[in-house]
Amino acid sequence: MVERTVVVGSTSGLHARPAKLLVQAATEQPATVRLRVGDRPPIDTRSILAVLAQRVKQGTEVTLEAEGEGAEASVAALAELIARNLDEEGERQDG
Amino acid sequence: MAERLAGGVAGTSATAAAAARAAGRAALDGAGAGQVGDARRLTGVGVSAGTVTGPVVRMTAPAPLPPPHLVADPAAELASARQAVRAVAADLTVRAGRVAGEAKEILEALAMMAVDPTLGADLEQRIASGTDAAHALTGAFDAQAELLREAGGYLAERAADLEDLRDRAVATVLGRPIPGIPDPGHPFVLVAADLAPADTANLNPEQVLAIVTERGGPTSHTAILARGLGIPAIVAAAGVTEIADGTVVAVDGTSGTVTVGVEPLADTAPRVRTRTQTNLADLGPCHTKDGHPVSLYLNIGSLKDVRPGAQGVGLLRTEFLFLGRKDAPSIAEQHAAYLELFNAFPGPGTRVVIRTLDAGADKPLPFLGLPDEENPALGVRGLRTARLRPEVLDDQLAAIAAAAAEATCEVWVMAPMVATPAEAAEFAAKARAHGLEHVGAMIEIPAAALRASRLLQHLDFLSIGTNDLGQYTMATDRQDGRLPDLLDPWQPALLELIALAAEAGRAAGKPVGVCGEAAADPGLAAVLVGLGVTSLSMTAAAVPAVHASLSARTLPECRDLALRARDVDDPAEAKEYAALAPPS
Repeated sequence: MVERTVVVGSTSGLHARPAKLLVQAATEQPATVRLRVGDRPPIDTRSILAVLAQRVKQGTEVTLEAEGEGAEASVAALAELIARNLDEEGERQDG
Repeated sequence: MAERLAGGVAGTSATAAAAARAAGRAALDGAGAGQVGDARRLTGVGVSAGTVTGPVVRMTAPAPLPPPHLVADPAAELASARQAVRAVAADLTVRAGRVAGEAKEILEALAMMAVDPTLGADLEQRIASGTDAAHALTGAFDAQAELLREAGGYLAERAADLEDLRDRAVATVLGRPIPGIPDPGHPFVLVAADLAPADTANLNPEQVLAIVTERGGPTSHTAILARGLGIPAIVAAAGVTEIADGTVVAVDGTSGTVTVGVEPLADTAPRVRTRTQTNLADLGPCHTKDGHPVSLYLNIGSLKDVRPGAQGVGLLRTEFLFLGRKDAPSIAEQHAAYLELFNAFPGPGTRVVIRTLDAGADKPLPFLGLPDEENPALGVRGLRTARLRPEVLDDQLAAIAAAAAEATCEVWVMAPMVATPAEAAEFAAKARAHGLEHVGAMIEIPAAALRASRLLQHLDFLSIGTNDLGQYTMATDRQDGRLPDLLDPWQPALLELIALAAEAGRAAGKPVGVCGEAAADPGLAAVLVGLGVTSLSMTAAAVPAVHASLSARTLPECRDLALRARDVDDPAEAKEYAALAPPS
């Protein structure tokens, strides 16, 4: 099993836009990547409902895990995404 | 100041979505009510000017579920349920492709939730145990919604999104029309209990002649969106969802009245629109019928709000540069952005009033690192954020001053949420130290209005933000749709405070403008001018109607309206008088 711990970089945590981008990326991965916060049971990163329900804030450490074919690359791709500040990268407009 | 948008990806507010469903139910229950016959009137709060006549179409109702039935072929049942959620997701994805920005993010996230694997697993289990597709979908979506609701806060608001998806998926699996904004194939008056941002994102102003909702307030999404699109709108119109589809109504977004059962117009186009997409330059400078000049400016938050021919900008919001950032934008980046906006208004006769950063409360900005507050509307927001992060204000003033020096328009700068003369003095000193010549403040706190003359000892002008001034005067959260009467900008107490500030300006020989949404109401605009306000600033779509209203009245008539509007007990009385005293 591949495991990697990463600190959440997005301003809004794993909510809103970052959560959406994470789930989008997760569905494109060859391996199923699970996400763990502290002692809580791991969740499927392809489930936006599960990701939102974790209520992960900016600066929180999360662990990604996967096994089987493509596990290494899938975990690396999602870890890179989670570490970035996705809120800053989007086009944001005053409403 | 009315730029509140639901936060987050799936920003449908819980109340709005629930209300939209309630609208559907009311529509069903009320079938047959409100028949065409003797005309009757419903009254609400007019939030977007213009008059229109057309047939009512209500938000499509989610029909009640048929009784459960035994499932003979679970595999086929699961396939049809999965097909339904995929169809819902596909529809949302298509709609997301037609819009941009936050609306797009909202719709994409909704599409994702529809086909969520957690939900899919629950669905599979329910169908395997013998539940039919429609009931399994209902059960699975409701179970997830319940979990989110228990989590509270941000997640509780997402519960309403799931209920919206549930209604769409169930309708699809039952072969019924999808609930949401109707598309009858002809122009219509849209009637709903309330509108969710997700619904309004795709509103077509060519089809939607007017919007009338049973809930909502003057600063609600519906109101802001309607004004932005130039669609006449009324909110808080009790009983409106009982009007049967197809009934022809006359909507007056200025007075807030809906006349039910009017005769359809004779020709094939069943509508009259007074709203126009006039080129602002064609309107010319605005003055009352007897020649008293009133400057009409635009409220803008970015280049997309700019319209050619405008006299200038009464409120340039600068929050757009700071949203969603961890670090403040550099002086150079700010300078370039401000200069681009200033240059959209070329010529020495043009004025642009730029407001320094207004953050906090309903406009949180992560990079400021402000502590969480129990009641942020009463806390560190507006100019007050400079107490914690003075360098942010200094950088911004430096960037504004540099851009102003290069621009051909006249640049005025003002601070939001000023409360005391000391704050005004400190802000003025800072701005002048950067070389800015015209320095003012927003009047959004009753204390500032009461002491306007003392503020003006330090400042060159004042600009009244009626949404916040109303909220603080009436102790009513401007986001609370349950109290629209208290947020009505015709509240005499609010008008008294505006009168005080305007009088202070007159005595000091300095301009006092209004840049709140109140300025966009043509009737109220005349009252404000009568109170002594020297300029009005609003969304571009509102300018023609306000221009027309002021051009049709003399200054003494405006003053008479203002006297009457102050000398009443409630907004309804003032509006009634204004309606009785049309322009001579």
